[in-house]
Amino acid sequence: MMPIIRVSDIRKVYKNDSVETVALDGVSFDVKKGEFLAIMGPSGSGKSTLMHILGALDKPTSGKYFLDGKEISSLNEDQLAEIRNKRIGFVFQAFNLLPRTTALKNVVLPMVYGGVKKEERLEKARQLLEMVGLADRIDHTPSQLSGGQQQRVAIARSLTMDPALILADEPTGNIATSQAQEIMNIFVDLHKRGHTIVMITHEEDIASYAERVIYLRDGKIIKDTKSRKISKKLV
Amino acid sequence: MDYKEILLEALNSLATNKLRTGLAVLGVVIGIGSVIALVSLGQGSQKSVQNQIQSLGSNLLTVSPRGRNVGGVQGAGGTGTTLTLDDALAIASSNKVTLVKNVSPEYSGRAQVTAGRNNTNTQVVGVYPQYAEIRKVQMAKGFFITKRDVDGMTYVAVVGPQVASDLFGEGVDPVGKTIRIKGIAFRIVGETQAKGGQGFNNPDDTVYIPLTTAQRQVFGVDHLNSIAVEAKSEDAMTEAQNQIGYLLLERHKLKTPQDADFTIFSQADILSTASSITGTFTTLLTGIAAISLLVGGIGIMNIMLVTVTERTREIGLRKALGAKRKLIIFQFLLESAILTLMGGVIGIAFGVVVSYFLSQAMNLPFVVSLWSVFLSFGVSGLVGIIFGLYPAQKAASLEPIEALRYE
Repeated sequence: MMPIIRVSDIRKVYKNDSVETVALDGVSFDVKKGEFLAIMGPSGSGKSTLMHILGALDKPTSGKYFLDGKEISSLNEDQLAEIRNKRIGFVFQAFNLLPRTTALKNVVLPMVYGGVKKEERLEKARQLLEMVGLADRIDHTPSQLSGGQQQRVAIARSLTMDPALILADEPTGNIATSQAQEIMNIFVDLHKRGHTIVMITHEEDIASYAERVIYLRDGKIIKDTKSRKISKKLV
Repeated sequence: MDYKEILLEALNSLATNKLRTGLAVLGVVIGIGSVIALVSLGQGSQKSVQNQIQSLGSNLLTVSPRGRNVGGVQGAGGTGTTLTLDDALAIASSNKVTLVKNVSPEYSGRAQVTAGRNNTNTQVVGVYPQYAEIRKVQMAKGFFITKRDVDGMTYVAVVGPQVASDLFGEGVDPVGKTIRIKGIAFRIVGETQAKGGQGFNNPDDTVYIPLTTAQRQVFGVDHLNSIAVEAKSEDAMTEAQNQIGYLLLERHKLKTPQDADFTIFSQADILSTASSITGTFTTLLTGIAAISLLVGGIGIMNIMLVTVTERTREIGLRKALGAKRKLIIFQFLLESAILTLMGGVIGIAFGVVVSYFLSQAMNLPFVVSLWSVFLSFGVSGLVGIIFGLYPAQKAASLEPIEALRYE
């Protein structure tokens, strides 16, 4: 079976005036369907660049990226927008909810772009908000919600289009530690339901919720292991 | 794509910053409002001029003598003495002139008119009875000059309401009273209805007397200074003008139209001259108003650019969630078009109210043409699209990663 993600020999070089910065230097890996992968690395390791490429927000300088069997690196702007809408669910560090807009409307937004019918999208948004435990908060705007609650809205939003891949960029980075665990439990739950999750983090204990961790340094993969927690359980 | 949803979002984001939205709209309100008001005033004054000219008579041709040639220098129009009563009678009776309904020979001059201790310097016109019909003179009291008065060279006069009130005071019936024109006593037989004119040739400030009396007793001349001719129909004007022209050339023993010692001009000529003057005026005013609309448009563009910068992160997010380029452009164009259309609607209402009060104050007819309303509405939408295009383009070209990182 074709993996959900196949990254083969991806390089990303930023040119600034005459200075070339190599952000990714020949990265290759596969992610199988249903896998929960954490990508770790210190700042400057290229993990954000990798996340942008995986999220179809940026294109590699060279190399190939297949998402769900489809070659992404050669698509044009509008095709990429469609991929982001239908195949990828984003969870950002800063939540990135629309301000002054209710939780319900925030969750509905990708479905507006995806052309889902009105009744269907309201129904689905309600279900998803219920699933992340915010059934009583659907009419609250982001400023009326705590960080953890905002991130749960964002997770609900990421699931609306039944994406092939959930891409989380430091999902607990802006959240109080007490609430971080709740968020991670939701990801673990999603993983159990069979979702494929790729999470970027620099915190070991957050990464330990994943079943596999890829370590990046200087744009290269230096380690690709089973997560400690999982391995402990296996032992 | 769900346009209703996008429309709601656009309205929502405009409602978020009401003061800013209001100020941006105000620029367009002033622009559209002044266009509407000035076009309306321009059309009002055009209408007023047309009404005044048309009230002087319809299908009217006026024959007047050319200026006298004195030593190769041509005098002012109307000063010539070549036009005679016989010319007028010939126009009325000749079988070469077939398209003429009425002919009114006229001699007018200014004279001192007195009644008791009151006196006024006014226009005295020697007329035939046809004058009333051609020049649309309506009687308020009494009768106009008759054929018998002209034939009998009687000393009767018809006065305009202005003359009547100057000589006898407001509200006094002048019929039956006596006035003196250059010292000659005339009995008043009628008063005309007010027409509401101003300045020279004000029909309300005129005394009418029989032409024969005017020529021989009052002014001591035997020529005319104009012949008014009513053509049979509007379509016949040009042909009637030609027929009269050739008849008079022949009577004055002149060979070519270039030699003519008279001119014939039609109501339409005066009308089109006057219209072109007021039209130019209207265009000029509208042009100035259009500049304020341009400034309003620039205001919209400025606001939209600020909005795009402010909402960089939001735009980045929308793109990350799958909004296509066209959709982002559409969203921002819609916002700016809503701004300007709102300004357009309010501006139209504002302009109509302003032009109503101005036309009242300036005593002009109140004219708001439908085309100026629709045009303004269309232009305001267009302004939104034109001035919104660059900011929208800018928003759509933002790189999602850069936009998401933007603080």
